[in-house]
Parts: sequence; C-alpha cells; structure tokens
Amino acid sequence: MASDIYLIPLLPLIGFLINGLLIGRLSRPLVTIIGCGSVGLSLVLSIQAFLHLRSLPSAERVVEQVLFTWIPSGSLHVDMAFLLDPLSAVMILVVTGVGFLIHVYSVGYMHHDPGYGRYFAYLNLFTFSMLTLVLANNFLLMFVGWEGVGLCSYLLIGFWFERKSASDAGKKAFIVNRIGDFGFLIGMFIIFWQVGSLNFLTVSENAPHVFAMGGGLITATCLLLFVGAAGKSAQIPLYVWLPDAMEGPTPVSALIHAATMVTAGVYMIARTNALYIMAPDALMVVAIVGAVTAFYAATIGLAQNDIKRVLAYSTVSQLGYMFLACGVAAFTAGIFHLMTHAFFKALLFLGAGSVIHAMSDEQDMRQMGGLKKYLPITFGTMMIATLAISGIPGLSGFFSKDEILWKAFSSDHGHWLLWVLAVVTAALTAFYMFRLIYLTFYGRERMSDEVRSHLHESPRSMTVPLVVLGVLSVIGGFVGMPHIFGVANHFEEWMAPVVATHGAIAEHALASGPGSAAMEWLLMAVSVVLVVFSIYMAFRVYNRKIETATALRQRFALMHRVLLNKYYVDEIYGAVIVRPVVYGSLFLWKFVDVIVIDGLVNGIARVGRDASDLLRYSQSGRVRNYAAIFLAGVVILLAWFVFG
Amino acid sequence: MEHLILPLVIFFPSIGALLLLLVPERQADTIRGVSLIVSFVTMLLSFAVYYWFDPVASGMQFELNQLWIASVGINFHLGIDGISLLLIVLTTILTVLCILSSWRSVTKGVKGFHISMLVLATGMIGVFCALDLFLFYIFWEVMLIPMYFIIGIWGGPRKIYAAIKFVLFTMIGSLLMLVALIYIYFEFHSLTGEYSFDLLQIMSMQVPYQAQLWLFAAFALAFAIKVPLFPFHTWLPDAHVEAPTAGSVILAGVLLKMGTYGFIRICMPLFPEATIAYLPYICILSIIAIIYGALVSMVQKDIKSLVAFSSVSHMGFVMLGLFALNQNGVEGSVMQMINHGVSTGALFLLVGMIYERRHTRMIADFGGLAKVMPAFSVFFMIVTLSSIGLPLTNGFVGEFLILLGAFKANVVYGIVAASGVILAACYMLWMYQRVVFGKVTNAQNEKLSDLSPREKLILVPIVVLIFWIGIYPKPFFERIEPAVKDVLTKINGARLSSADDGQDAAQMFIDESKEISTVVIDEGVTADE
Repeated sequence: MASDIYLIPLLPLIGFLINGLLIGRLSRPLVTIIGCGSVGLSLVLSIQAFLHLRSLPSAERVVEQVLFTWIPSGSLHVDMAFLLDPLSAVMILVVTGVGFLIHVYSVGYMHHDPGYGRYFAYLNLFTFSMLTLVLANNFLLMFVGWEGVGLCSYLLIGFWFERKSASDAGKKAFIVNRIGDFGFLIGMFIIFWQVGSLNFLTVSENAPHVFAMGGGLITATCLLLFVGAAGKSAQIPLYVWLPDAMEGPTPVSALIHAATMVTAGVYMIARTNALYIMAPDALMVVAIVGAVTAFYAATIGLAQNDIKRVLAYSTVSQLGYMFLACGVAAFTAGIFHLMTHAFFKALLFLGAGSVIHAMSDEQDMRQMGGLKKYLPITFGTMMIATLAISGIPGLSGFFSKDEILWKAFSSDHGHWLLWVLAVVTAALTAFYMFRLIYLTFYGRERMSDEVRSHLHESPRSMTVPLVVLGVLSVIGGFVGMPHIFGVANHFEEWMAPVVATHGAIAEHALASGPGSAAMEWLLMAVSVVLVVFSIYMAFRVYNRKIETATALRQRFALMHRVLLNKYYVDEIYGAVIVRPVVYGSLFLWKFVDVIVIDGLVNGIARVGRDASDLLRYSQSGRVRNYAAIFLAGVVILLAWFVFG
Repeated sequence: MEHLILPLVIFFPSIGALLLLLVPERQADTIRGVSLIVSFVTMLLSFAVYYWFDPVASGMQFELNQLWIASVGINFHLGIDGISLLLIVLTTILTVLCILSSWRSVTKGVKGFHISMLVLATGMIGVFCALDLFLFYIFWEVMLIPMYFIIGIWGGPRKIYAAIKFVLFTMIGSLLMLVALIYIYFEFHSLTGEYSFDLLQIMSMQVPYQAQLWLFAAFALAFAIKVPLFPFHTWLPDAHVEAPTAGSVILAGVLLKMGTYGFIRICMPLFPEATIAYLPYICILSIIAIIYGALVSMVQKDIKSLVAFSSVSHMGFVMLGLFALNQNGVEGSVMQMINHGVSTGALFLLVGMIYERRHTRMIADFGGLAKVMPAFSVFFMIVTLSSIGLPLTNGFVGEFLILLGAFKANVVYGIVAASGVILAACYMLWMYQRVVFGKVTNAQNEKLSDLSPREKLILVPIVVLIFWIGIYPKPFFERIEPAVKDVLTKINGARLSSADDGQDAAQMFIDESKEISTVVIDEGVTADE
C-alpha cells in the first residue's frame, strides 16, 4: 500500500506523456479516457493511501518513500522521494478529488475547442506537478512541483495563445511567480547552509537545535519562504497576476487559480510550521499581510463587473484568510479553510463557467440578469457555494472561517485588530458575492435577444461535478466543528501529528475556560449578524432597486473609480518597475555596450590602424624618398660625430 | 587500445578532413555524408571513452605521455578527468548536430566548410585532452583558424568585421598566455633544473606569490576573453550574429567553455594563492555579467544577439560557481558548462531553422508560429524552459548548485546572483511570446513549413539530454566529483596555509563543509548561535 505513493503523481504524468506525444493522433474519447482516467485512478490511490494512513496509530502516520538520488553534490544529497503524512494526505485528496471533478467538467466545457488534446495534456501535467509539490519530502523536490505548477499555469492561462492579452497574462503570472521563487530559493539556501539538509522531517527536527528562537536568521528564512508563498498564493504585493490569470479557460481558473495551485503557499507554510513557530516576528508579518490582503482584495471585488474577476479577487481575499490563520499559528485552521475553499470556490468558478458557456462567452455581469430560470442547476449550486463562502452557519465555509476568526482573536499570536479586519472582510465577502448572484441570476434580463435564444443549462458532464461540489460545500465543514459545539473536531485531531512539535503553543489558546467559550459564542454571533446584514444590503441595492446602485456609484464616484481600476496598482508597477528596467536596459545596451565598451575596442583598433597608416609613408617604395631619408640620416650622424 | 583512444578521438576528425580533400567539390552530398559519418564515428569513440572511464578513480585517465620535441622538453601528453570527459562528449555530439544542421543551409564552399568543421573538432577535443601546456596552446590556436573561416566565409553581412574582431580579441589573450607559458617554463627550470611544459609536473611546483599574481592575470585575461567575462564580451554578439548556425552552436556550445575550462584546469590549480587574491574581482565581474547580460538581452531585437547576451549572463553563472570554491559551486559550474552547451546550442539551432525559412532573425518579423509550426514551437518551448532553468530540465541542476555554492561562499553574492533567475524568465519568455504566440500578423509567416524529419532528428537528442541531466544527473556528478575535489584540495590547501593554519589541510577539506563556508562568509548574515 505504502509502496504505491509514487504512482499517485506518476499516473497523471503518464497521461500527460500519452496525450502530449500523440497530440492530434488520438480520438477525442480516447483523450478523455486517458486525461480523466489517469486522475481518477490517482484519486482512488489517494483514498487508499489516506485509509492506509488512518489505519496506523496517529504517532506513526509518516510514510517516506525514496525512489532514487536526484542531486548528489558534496554534502548536498537530494532524493526523489515522497512523504505521506496527514497533511499531504489531505492535500492529495483535495487535489485529485477536486481535480478529477474539474477534468470531467472540462469534457463538456472544452468540447468544441480545437486544442482539446493539448488542454488535457496540460491539465494532467498540472496534476502531476501539484501532486509532486504536496508529496515531496524535501524542499527541492517541492520546488520542482512549485515551478511545475507555475509552468502549467503559464501554459493554461495562455491557452488561447492567439489572444495577446492571454499570453501577456501567462507571462506576467510566470514572472511575478519567479520573484516569489527568488525568495523561496534564498530561504532554501539558508536552511541548507544552517541545517545541512533539505529534508522536511530532518529540518523540522533539527531546526530548534540550529536556530535560536526568534533569532534574526530564522526570521529571515521564514520571511523569504513567505515571499515565495506570497508569489504563488497571490498575496500583497505579488497578487497582481491572479486577476489577469482569468484569461485562461474557466475550468483552469477553478482548478489552478482557486482550488489547488494558489493554495500551495499556504501548504508550504503549514509544511514548515516547525520553522515558523520559532519566528514570531515572521508569523506576525504573515498574519498582517494575510488580513490586509483579505480586506483589500474584497474591496476591489465590490466594484468589478466581470464575473470571473469578482471571483478572482475573492480568491485572493480568501487566501488572505488562510495566511491569517497560519500567521496566528493556527496552521490546522488554515489547511481546513484551504479544503473547504477548494470545494466552494471551485464550484463558484465552474458555475461561472456554466453561466459563461450559456451566455455565449459573455463575462460581463451587466449583460446578464434573470438567468435563474434558464440555468436552474447552476443557480442552485452556485447559491449553495455563495452561502458557504459568506459563512452562513451550517455550511462548510462557516466552520472554517469561524475557526480562523476565533484564532485570530484568541491565539497567542493573534490580535483583536486582526479579528476586526477579518470580520469586516467577511461582511464585504457576503456583499460582493450576493451582488454577483443578484446581478447574474435575478433582475431584468439584460442580454441581447440573440444571446437569450441560446440560453441553456449545461450538459450533464458539467452539472454533475457542480452537484458533487455542492454537496461537499455543504458537508465539508462537519469534519472540523468547533469545540464549543460539544463535538470532536476530527480535522484537528487528524492534523495534530503534523503540528505536534509545538503543540503546546498552538493548543494553548484552546485551554479554554467558560469565559472564553462565551467569548467565542459572542464573536461568532457578531460575525453572523454582520454577514446577514450585508446580504440584506446587497439584496436592497442589487435586487430590489438597481437604481440605488447607480446612485451609490455616482455619489462615491472617485472611490468607485479607484476600486474599479484596482487601486491602479498595475499602472504603478508599470511606471515604477517595468518601464525603468526596460529603459535602463536600453541604456545599458545602446550606451554602455555599444558606445563605451565597443567604442573603446574599436577606438583601440582605429588607433592601431591610423598609426599604421602614418608609418606606411615610410614604406612608400619610392627610391628618391628612401634616398632622401638616407641622406638626412647621414647628415644627422655626421653632425652628431662632429659636434657631439 | 584504451591508451590510444584519446589520440584517436582527437585526430579522427582530421583524418576525415584529409579524406574530404579527395572528394571533388561538385559532389556536395558525398562531402556532407563523409563528414557526417566521420563526426558520428568520433562521437561513438567519445562514448567509448565515457564507457571505459572509471568514475571513482581520481587523477588523470587514459594518460599518454610521449616525447615530442625532446630538446626543449615538450611532450605529447594527453589525459582526461571527469571534467574533460563530459566536455569531450558534448563537443562530439554538438559537432554531429552541427553537420546535420548545415545540410541545407551551407551550399557554397561545402568542402571547405566541412573540412573546417572537422579540423575545429580536432582542436577542441585536443584542448580538453592536453596535459602539456605547449600542446594545450597549440590546440588552442588550432581552433581559432577554422572558426575564423567559418565566420568569415559562411557568415552574414558583417562577417568580415565579426571574424576579425573575434580573432583579434582571442589573439590578444593568447599572446599573454604564451608569454606566461614561457615564464613558467623558465621558472620551472630555475627551480628543478629541468625544462618542461608538463602541466602535472608544473602543478607540483610552488610558484612564488608575486609571480603567481602576474601569471594568473595573463592566463585569466586569455580565458576571460573566451568566456567571455564582462567587459570583454563585445566580440560575442557580433560573432554570433554573423556566424552561420553551425558556427554559433560550436562557439556557444564549446568555445566559450574553453575559457572556463582554462580557469579550472590551469589558473586555479597552478596559482591557488593568486586565485584567492583575485577572487573578489572575478566574482564581482561575474555578477555584473549575470545581471548586465540579462538586462541587455531583454531589449535585443535580433533573436541571435538576444541569445548571445544571454550567454554572457549564463557564463557569468559558470564563473561565479567556479570561484565559489566549494564543491557545490564548482560541480554546479561544470554541469552548467555542459547545460549551456546543450541549451544555448539548441537555441541557435532553432533560430537557424527559422532563419532558413524566413531569412530574418528579427523578433518583430515573427509572431504566431505556434499556429503554423506546432512541432517547432514545442521544441522551442522545451529549450526555452531549460535555458530559464526550470526544475527537471538540465539548467536547473547547474544553476541551483552554483547559487547554493555562491551563497555559501558569500551571502551577498548568492543573493544578487539569484536575481538573475528572475531576469532570465523575463527575457526568454518575452522573446518566446513575441515569436511564437499571438496571431500570424506577417503574411510571409502563413505558409511556413513545420520541422522536417532531419530537423527533428537534430532536436530529439537535445531534448533527451535536457531531461536526462535534469532528472538523473547522478552519473555525471559521480564522474566530475573526483576531479573537482582535486582542484579544491589544492586551493583550500593554499587558503589554509595563507591563514597560517596549514596542518593537514588536504584532509580537512576532502569533505567541504560548514567549516570552510564560515571562514569565507565574513559579512552579511551572522550565525544565530
């Protein structure tokens, strides 16, 4: 059983190789079977691995499998090796589970696309990379997956490569991620330099002996790793690529830019929690960046008109929650939200895809409205997901978000200000999500007659995944219910071995007296009331009287414009970073290289040539000149002897 | 057989060149065929060398030491270690690919071209095998002449300027090297009473510190021009742009490695104290090369000069790794020499393929090739990614080790150099996007034919190498490890003795580890404990 771990990533890789090498030579059904089948098999193996792990006593739930030595150089010894533990088990279930559903959905969504085979090849390559990322037993192999998913993201964002905006977005994603990778690399260097190993278990075990608690070096290491995480998981200031990434096919946005890849940063921090727990200052930075990103992205989400962009900013915002959780040392809560978010956000994207599919590729919500009756399944499932992300009690998002809010307030690393930011964000989330629902499914039908005549519910291959994800969005939270409900929190127990090294610190906050339970109830009530209130506001503005929206927009024209233009951050980056680099490089080329260095080279050559030109006159070949010089020489010599 | 294999590998191509003299110029295809067979057999011979090479033994293998010019103590001394082994294999493989790639593109003076290519191969393999400094110098100069012809005759519009610039730059370097060689020769005589150019013998000699400084400078300049290290790089873009495809591939793939190979084979072991003295300057120039090359590369309009400047950047990485003077850095460098040969060679081959179709290399003339040339686009993508250093491709393994080594040697160097990784992604992806993605805007690109079977045959081995080195580089590391350790032992011995702590230096440094790095790291981060 344990010996099969390597098959989990290997199967999608084989799928990629077959679909990739035989591109254009396989029939569509065969492509589908290979593409979906390989991931389906991985899912089965993942479930098997999970069950195997569960059958072990909780202290022994660590399985390492070494395939071969990858890089042996001096004291550096990196293996191709996988690590199965509670954390990676959760991740592979999410990746293969949600991944499989999205593969199936894609069969319907991409049906008419001429690049069908290429699409499934990329998707399988992505699944392989993501599984490598979460199963790696060392930093470097994780980095392989890390870059691999980045590559697939690049390829899939730019899938419709004839559109310039698409290939621009792909490139932007790759480069911004590279900036993050730079931090990751340096962080890795410090770890290897200090610990002498890149293996996760060895590093976690030895870190306390090598690094001083709260010291500068460990703080720097954690912050550098966080730079990597912020790049991959789209946090301030490296979030700018994610909204543009919506240029890719919608199922890709669901898989890569909502459910799996973008959560890699959160996973990385959870994986290295033993390091972070030693660097409280770094944790604080993570928490603040997370909370601020959550709030900031939510405000932008309020004003976007493109249905996918709203969801993109929502993803940035929700990822902020996950980092907030990690930053207050509630790693389990972060991963829990990662899981529930994967369900409901994938569902939202797939639902949006279904809407876009029905609307003949229209993404502007201002052209929609009243779709409820045309797309009943899409509407129903998206409604569930919206309720879940808003944090309506009983749905998955409620449990995971509430856990984060509570930890932000109560943890040793928490602060009431973080809670305030998070709870306001929760209210904003409910508002923009219901705005999306009302603009899309309710109200006047604003589309053209042409489009209206084509409206239809999506085919079975698309709706079935929606329903499955809908079910998961409802029940996914029950595994991790809060203690005050008087039930066991299975998720926390499951994850305990992974975060056990510092259990005392993390669990400290849970040593709850009756007072803290009362507090927890109170805070929960506050957040629920706020959320319900903002849903009501959204209902008032966008459903009952759409004119109020216009009035509001005019009243806060400046603010609206700033939000609509995403605080002009892309423009600022362009002016401050991109353009200076390009012009600086032009200067280096045209001036330093061509004029200074080459000028010097050619100058020296010219001096040589001109000197030769001058000397050439002495070799003119004319006898009388030679005779004259000869005579002059004789005269000078004679003069020298006579007068000298 | 085994001890004659080296001369066989070296001179087999030249024998082939002599054979070509007998074939009349008119029979172009026969010439191409003979040349291909000769280079192919040479490649097989080099594989045999690889096969017989003992990966665990240290020191030189397949040694052959014959008196040559006895009166002045010049020997015909050959021998290889793991570093030269890999470079020889790279050379023979690239030569085959180059001859294949010139099948259609070289139509004038076919005979002369192929003779030049084969003689060039002899020169290059000879340099990697020579253990006598005089012999080294001869092979070094032998390479120059065919390359001069290849650029000057089969090159582009400014071929004469480029060829002369290339030769003059290299000659200035070789001249200084020659002077230094002769100085060492007499120095050796004054110490031992014998006349010899033998590298291994000279290596055991302790050159006085002052002399080391001068000698290192002379050799280093010759090698730095070849690398090319900033600011001696300006011959490179011109030579690359004007050279025919095969010339560019060999130039980037092998000739640039002569510089870095010279550092590791001659400069570092012969002048260890000087190596340490010059270390900061060379490291800083390398870092400038990394960043500068990348930035200038970004704004190029011609694909070939973009790749040329990217070579400046990549070779900066190689130099930095060498002068990290620890096992990670130097092994990474040696791997990166091979990787750069494979990836950049492949880039030039690819550029050559579209040049043959469109007779332009301007980025702006392309766009949308993914639609008309899908197979080309896939190969181009893989090579681009390998050049960027994506994990599981060859580029990553070398680059990672170099940066790790540099970081251990000096935190600041490591961090600044690592930013080159970001820039590489910028210039390569931007170029790729403008050439391959988008709509076909230029009508002339609409009817381009995709890769022919011959072209695929050229690219497939490259892709195999890219992934082989990326995924399972262990066999290569095993073979270079003893050689790298030899060099490092020498240098670290010098470092210790200069630190007045010479006892049992070699032993201590067999396994390079934290001790060294903490000695070297004197700034930046302070240890926590």
